[in-house]
Amino acid sequence: MERQSNEAFFWTLFSAGGVIAAILIPVHIFLFGLAFPLGWLPAPSYEHMMALVRLPVVRIYLFVLCSLPLFHWAHRFRYTLFDGLQVKHLNEVIFTLCYGGAVVGTVLAGYLLWNMG
Amino acid sequence: MADKIILEVARYSPERDAKPSFQSYEVPVYKEWVVLDALNYIKDQVDGSLTYRWSCRMGICGSCGMMVNGEPKLTCATFLSSYAHNGSKVRVEPLRYFPVVRDLVTELSDFLVKLTKVKPWLIRHDEPPLTQGEFLQTPDQLDRYKQFSMCINCTLCYAACPVVGLDPVFVGPAAIALAQRYNMDSRDQGTEERTAVLAHPEGIWGCTFVGECTRVCPKHVDPAGAIQQYKLKAALDWVKSFVMPGEHKSKDVRSEAAND
Amino acid sequence: MCAVKQPTTRTAPAYTEFHPRWYRPQVSVYWWLFQRQYLKFILRELSSVFVAAFVVITLLQLNALRNGPEAYARFQQWLQTPAAIALNVVSFCFVVFHAITWFNLAPSAMAVRLRGKPLPDFMVAAPNYAVWLVVSGAVAWLVLR
Repeated sequence: MERQSNEAFFWTLFSAGGVIAAILIPVHIFLFGLAFPLGWLPAPSYEHMMALVRLPVVRIYLFVLCSLPLFHWAHRFRYTLFDGLQVKHLNEVIFTLCYGGAVVGTVLAGYLLWNMG
Repeated sequence: MADKIILEVARYSPERDAKPSFQSYEVPVYKEWVVLDALNYIKDQVDGSLTYRWSCRMGICGSCGMMVNGEPKLTCATFLSSYAHNGSKVRVEPLRYFPVVRDLVTELSDFLVKLTKVKPWLIRHDEPPLTQGEFLQTPDQLDRYKQFSMCINCTLCYAACPVVGLDPVFVGPAAIALAQRYNMDSRDQGTEERTAVLAHPEGIWGCTFVGECTRVCPKHVDPAGAIQQYKLKAALDWVKSFVMPGEHKSKDVRSEAAND
Repeated sequence: MCAVKQPTTRTAPAYTEFHPRWYRPQVSVYWWLFQRQYLKFILRELSSVFVAAFVVITLLQLNALRNGPEAYARFQQWLQTPAAIALNVVSFCFVVFHAITWFNLAPSAMAVRLRGKPLPDFMVAAPNYAVWLVVSGAVAWLVLR
């Protein structure tokens, strides 16, 4: 019974992260990863970026953008490792590494955004 | 269209062989012939030792499922002519991931055990007296589960699902879809009883939504959809129990299934 | 790993308990490589790796932003290196693949019914694409303003 609600919990994080990743990440990668570095669009200035990041709403947005997709990754990646490599016996290790990574990333995001000043 | 085609058929004799091998047979191709007709031709005219299951030859008994060129198919509904172009061969193997008894015959008891585990029958907690008449259902209520009730237990979805092969304890697509067929039935009160088997790492949470079960299903049952819908519901129930801890989770699972 | 190692035959009919002569096929470690749909599935799942890579880059960018204008400029320069561009091109393809597969699979996870009739799949998927476009536009507008 305990295990069952755990799976529901992780699946909820997985699907919430999947929605966030699907709707938000493509435009972010397009802008910051391709359009600005390649000069397709004028890159925003440091001041503009700081002004945005100082807004509490933007910080919450960025926190969600960083944390939920990490839990999405953790869920998919652990099943891909189980199934793709047939390493179900390493279940606990993989589980810890994936969700551990997601928690570390979430804490880092929280720390960075909290101390953005 | 070629008038002859080579059928490469997997042969396995438990008394003789350590593992299956392929045997080729040349069979005639007629427009109206399905793969099963070719197998029957081999059995009747060429090699009587070839062993396989079939019965109705009209896509309803679910016993002639085999791998045809690597795809799980009902051989009675797969036309030979669609493979018969420029010297191509047709490879016929037993359904993937199942133990093989002989030639093209798979062992199904594991599937049958899983199927009974999800209690695919109407469960009632109260039995109203017969004088109250039958349980009436509106067309809407019928429509909710009708799709899942089309399953013929042909096990093509098991042969399509990599999780079935990788994780032998996984309950599997057809069994979960059939459980949903009864969960969605307005006459049923057994949702709670099935939850123990379904909302479990070996049940719905084992599924990684490859979606192949739905693609190969000859009856358009959509087991993958059934499983994801159950996951979503279990997740929402979990969120609900989190937001409103007072309410008992399994109770509203049942009343919801009965009401909507 | 095989299909049925110790089948749940404890409750099965007794005559199936012990059958050493059944052939039990092994699943290849490369099972996902030889079938188009399985390959597509594994690529879909691996898109999550690029999702995680995006988060790492975003965290680095935030860190650079926090460390002042010079650090931020240095980071922008790194983003212009061929390696970073290549990573972002691949990432972009994968996350778009993720988005499309995610939106297209949404209808099968959500059986939406309207006035007692199930909504057709595209009616469930289409709003996702609409939200995708609107939100993408809003983000771009905010950043470029």
